[in-house]
Amino acid sequence: MELSENQKIMINKHVEAFLDKPGALLPLMHAIQDDLGFVPEDSYPIISKAYNLSVAEIHGFVTFYHHFRTHPSGKNILQICRAESCQAMGSEDIESYCKEKLGIDYHQTTKDDAITLEPVYCLGNCACSPAVMINDKVVGRVTTDKIDSIIKAHK
Amino acid sequence: MTYKIYIPIDSTSLSLGANEVYEEIKREASKREVDLTIIRNGSRGLFWLEPLVEVETSNGRVAFGPVTVGDVKNLFDQEFYIGKDGDLCLGLTDELHWLKNQERLTFARVGITDPVNINDYEKYDGFKGLKNALKLDSQSIVKTMTDSGLRGRGGAAFPTGIKWQTVLDTPSDTKYIVCNADEGDSGTFSDRMIMENDPFVLIEGMIIAGIAVGAEYGYIYLRSEYPDAQKVLNKAIETAKNKGFLGSNILGSKYNFNLEVTKAAGAYICGEETSLLESLEGKRGMVRYKPPLPAIEGLYGQPTVVNNVITLATVPIILDKGSEFYANYGMGRSKGTLPIQLAGNLKQTGLIEKAFGISLRELLYDFGGGSFSGKPIKAVQVGGPLGAFLPEQQFDTPLDYEKFSELNAVVGHGGIVAFDDTTDMSKMARYSFEFCAIESCGKCTPCRIGSTRGMEVIDKIKAGIDQNKNEKLLRDLGDTMVNGSLCAMGGMTPSPVISALNFFPRDFGLEKRET
Repeated sequence: MELSENQKIMINKHVEAFLDKPGALLPLMHAIQDDLGFVPEDSYPIISKAYNLSVAEIHGFVTFYHHFRTHPSGKNILQICRAESCQAMGSEDIESYCKEKLGIDYHQTTKDDAITLEPVYCLGNCACSPAVMINDKVVGRVTTDKIDSIIKAHK
Repeated sequence: MTYKIYIPIDSTSLSLGANEVYEEIKREASKREVDLTIIRNGSRGLFWLEPLVEVETSNGRVAFGPVTVGDVKNLFDQEFYIGKDGDLCLGLTDELHWLKNQERLTFARVGITDPVNINDYEKYDGFKGLKNALKLDSQSIVKTMTDSGLRGRGGAAFPTGIKWQTVLDTPSDTKYIVCNADEGDSGTFSDRMIMENDPFVLIEGMIIAGIAVGAEYGYIYLRSEYPDAQKVLNKAIETAKNKGFLGSNILGSKYNFNLEVTKAAGAYICGEETSLLESLEGKRGMVRYKPPLPAIEGLYGQPTVVNNVITLATVPIILDKGSEFYANYGMGRSKGTLPIQLAGNLKQTGLIEKAFGISLRELLYDFGGGSFSGKPIKAVQVGGPLGAFLPEQQFDTPLDYEKFSELNAVVGHGGIVAFDDTTDMSKMARYSFEFCAIESCGKCTPCRIGSTRGMEVIDKIKAGIDQNKNEKLLRDLGDTMVNGSLCAMGGMTPSPVISALNFFPRDFGLEKRET
């Protein structure tokens, strides 16, 4: 997937902004993903040249972290907590309900591009398990009814 | 007249609809022409009662909860805003059993103040520790920390004063304070609560650490799963800068300190201090060999204090009230208090700060009220995904680093997750390996390969294939991981696995034996 002119401009803007920053890659990748929705692999050569790093190093960095994605997500991201506390409160039922209802597995996006489903390992909401996160909003004590209304609200 | 009410802004409260309740109360008040002053405070940590709305009265704050949007009309009908007894009234907040029986030192202000209001912070003893620190020389500050007996609350329990002493004693023009806010352990949320509900206490702790060891720059390495905490911290840092608590010549002294938040990217291993430093430097979060210790060669090769949020947030009260005050809490070599987090299958979940020494049973039943499902509690996991499972017969163990160590368990970051008797412990053991396989940095073989082999061996045992041979193999694999891994990820993953195997062999399809 070739970068559009607009994407190139955004990437170059961020690449320049962090040039003098120690440990630049982490904030740089966040900035790119926040703007573009993902970190395109075609951005690697630009970053590589600007930061004097090999493309392999950049690829290694991006793929190490679960948060970064190299392909666009759907319009919304639904993360389901799979950690112990949520398991103790029935998160497995929530997982299978979401997968069935959306007709997708983890790391996939619904056909209408509305929701990407991701697992997450703890949202720090363990006192009100099971928990999910829709975009930046945590929802606690999740039931299948609550999942229904989340999905409906994010069509 | 205006009535003062409090509605929490903590993200768990928000996850239960606190914002919607806030909007509804505002709407209803304006409809009825009731003059309300609404303050968005932190959460008191009684999460089963959230959203917990409080009303200020001459006798103290009166609590109402859990409040839903549907309750609001009725609350107004019953004039809750004057603190009048009604359907959801819980009485005076400070008299609630859960709160009354705590020793809140690190969490002294949490739930009481507006998190980003610096005047509130100062009104409730904020910056007193810093002001005392500014009167002391570096060595005296470090000595105060050493004498307090505070040990790293992130999980490793290393004495904070000794770590600081090493950084102080290592000569260098540049040193760093790094706050480990990558709170990835499931069942824990105390770091999040401090950052969202009392961010200035963390900032103050980091400034004091900087003065103590001679560092002028700090990083808060914050997990990406905490977007609300990031907003609150950035706002608090900005305010602290404007008020002269951060920047050059802090409060007119010779000291400088600056601070920034770095957002992590969802790798559990980056909670390990050396991978955290790699990540901060803009690399893959691969674990480093130790030695050299980060205190000697840390961030960019410079002497670095890496401390957990709770550790740093406890520094101000120690500098305010003295090392002896803090060391008088606790038992044995576990001095002071621990913010304990009750989670999982319990009726009453939330944050309890208690002196070390309280038993699991008291926590699970007196505070937790037993299981949420009403079924017997089968086991608890203490200290996150790398902590051992403790069965009912170990519930009388007091929370104490050494007592837990005797059981091959850890106190860790103080998270307790309860499981009822419907839980298949072999499944939990398998999940421990699965989690390790997903989150391993991949640097050392026992962790990278052992985690996947471990899942396979458990599957074989459960399928009844060569059970004796495979059980021996599983224990042997555990032994290899414990002794051959570079860091706690591989080194402690066998802990939940082997404890589940020892105490619940039937769940693995093995005959019940003496353990």
